[in-house]
Amino acid sequence: MAENIIELVDLTKKYGSFKAVNQLNLAIRESEIFGLLGPNGAGKSTTILMMLGLTDPTSGSVTVCGINPTNNPIEVKRRVGYLPEDVGFYYNRTGAENLIYTAQLNGFSEKLARQSAEQLLARVGLTEATGKKTGKYSRGMLQRLGLADVLIKNPEVIILDEPTLGIDPTGVREFLDLIVALSREEGITVLFSSHDLHHVQQVCDRVGLFVGGKLLAEGDIQSLSRKLFAKSPYIIEVKLSEKEEEKADGELKFTTARLQEVLRNIKGVNEVTKVNDLFEIGCSSDDTVEIARVLVDAGIGIYHLNKKEYGLADIYYRYFEGGIGHE
Amino acid sequence: MNKPENRLATFLGLRKEAIANIFPFISRLSQNGNEENVLHPFRVILNKEISDHVRSWRFIILILLISLTCLGSIYTALANFSKAAGPNDPDGAFFFLKLFTITDGTLPSFVVFISFLGPLLGISLGFDAVNSEYNHRTLSRILSQPIYRDYLLNAKFLAALTVISVMFFALGFLVMGFGLVTIGIPPTVEEFLRILTFVALSILYVAFWLNLSILFSVQFRQPATSALSGIAVWIFFSIFYGMIVNLITRPFAPSEMAGEHQVIAFESFKLGLLRVMPNQLFSEATTTLLMPSVRSLGPLSMEQVYGTIPGPLSFGQSLLLVWPQVTGLLAATLLCFALSYFSFMRREIRSR
Repeated sequence: MAENIIELVDLTKKYGSFKAVNQLNLAIRESEIFGLLGPNGAGKSTTILMMLGLTDPTSGSVTVCGINPTNNPIEVKRRVGYLPEDVGFYYNRTGAENLIYTAQLNGFSEKLARQSAEQLLARVGLTEATGKKTGKYSRGMLQRLGLADVLIKNPEVIILDEPTLGIDPTGVREFLDLIVALSREEGITVLFSSHDLHHVQQVCDRVGLFVGGKLLAEGDIQSLSRKLFAKSPYIIEVKLSEKEEEKADGELKFTTARLQEVLRNIKGVNEVTKVNDLFEIGCSSDDTVEIARVLVDAGIGIYHLNKKEYGLADIYYRYFEGGIGHE
Repeated sequence: MNKPENRLATFLGLRKEAIANIFPFISRLSQNGNEENVLHPFRVILNKEISDHVRSWRFIILILLISLTCLGSIYTALANFSKAAGPNDPDGAFFFLKLFTITDGTLPSFVVFISFLGPLLGISLGFDAVNSEYNHRTLSRILSQPIYRDYLLNAKFLAALTVISVMFFALGFLVMGFGLVTIGIPPTVEEFLRILTFVALSILYVAFWLNLSILFSVQFRQPATSALSGIAVWIFFSIFYGMIVNLITRPFAPSEMAGEHQVIAFESFKLGLLRVMPNQLFSEATTTLLMPSVRSLGPLSMEQVYGTIPGPLSFGQSLLLVWPQVTGLLAATLLCFALSYFSFMRREIRSR
């Protein structure tokens, strides 16, 4: 299962002297959902185009399903479904007609094409719009039709370029759920590019961070945060009851120094900071239980104890601050 | 998943397959018929493009325009038919062909109409071939399907050409039918062949303009720019080019005292310059085909003319006479096609 279905080795694409993609190495495993995350102009789309043989790499190599798309794009396109950014359809044809056209281009007979189109339209929730011309579809509907269009060839891999762009939040939610469901049911590998970290975070197994044509980091979100926040990968938020604070110190103040004093015996604790009325305890290992025990033993009441996970947002900002700083 | 012959298919083999599928009757001969009506992708694109043309308002408007003008020209031709065939006319034997060429001066003849409207037809069917796919963001979606990139370009060209051919043959036969009903004299085999060749030539002429406008549609992102460039080339050739040639050649014009050879050399030079434009090639070719008495397309010396008896050429000889013109038109068409092919094939296809 851990076979690499997409492999990029030292991939570089230059436009004149501008390096859109720079020495990229990336491997995507079978049936995972991989998120390519990066700001606009990071080279995500260019990388995708090279995977499909729609543009030639300046140097380096791409392998998709064991095939080189630069030399043999047809075989790759047979197995890979691609939903371009801002997808368009023939506006004077109905949704079903557009799908049947794609299916026939993939060598379906007309009968089979019609059947698959109907099934897929039902799957993406467009049954009512089957006979409607796509010129009258809304943005979200077009995007769902795009997904159906990608799936109609029974692909092994689907590549979605900014699929959530321009859809409203509920639409995005539904769309992402649909992608996850499809990937899990059919075992399809999904490569998904976006600049919106929340969307990526919701669905992706692994994430690659892209800035200025380079892959800065890859991995699942936990390992990314571990890599990034090497010193204190865990943060535990504590809110202590004020009554207890009073009792403990004889005053209303319960200082960070005091808390540090209490927690000094726990090895993992690195730092204690006060953010508004919460204390944030940075730890190098997961010491939640230990902290709670020590606090209770010290007779301090706890209102709120929360292990804070680093979200993609933190990772993203941390990286992009760095990325921009380097330039 | 793949048929072995598909996997093994070489460049040539695939093209053969594509050609077989353009013409269903050939493919029916070669297929063993057990597959359930699976169309070759090229056929799928072709079918879609043709139906797009036929359904479009643009095409309906063009067909109305062309039918109307043709009806008008047939009407004038028929009204003047009795006066057309004089007793000393070398083309007198080719009664039927006159249907396409005569006029009373109020409305141009059928041939003139075709040579005037043909470019318009070609330009308007091709000017948004590729850039409209771009602008509707369908291009990258279609090209991410397992098809060769040139299928799209070839199908676009072939679809428009098919539509034009059907239309021109229909018009040609319609004119013949009208003529047959009205004058009651059936065309001879030679006349029929000449008319068919004329129609085929008109299609070739329109194909040139079609390819030129497809080239512009590959080059320019805006359909308006591409249409305008096509029309500009058309107007340049039909109005300005002749003037420019006159301007260029005037300093070299031989004096009145000059010998015959000098005059002939000058005229040939001028004609050679004029023959750069496709309109000239087309009009020379059609006049020769529809007026069998035309024996030469260039200047002739007295020596050459001396002793000839005015009479019509046979069909084969007329065809031989216009062969260079046909080749020239074909070459121009291929050149435009090759250029658009070249610029389209290696282009990066972005969704915007």
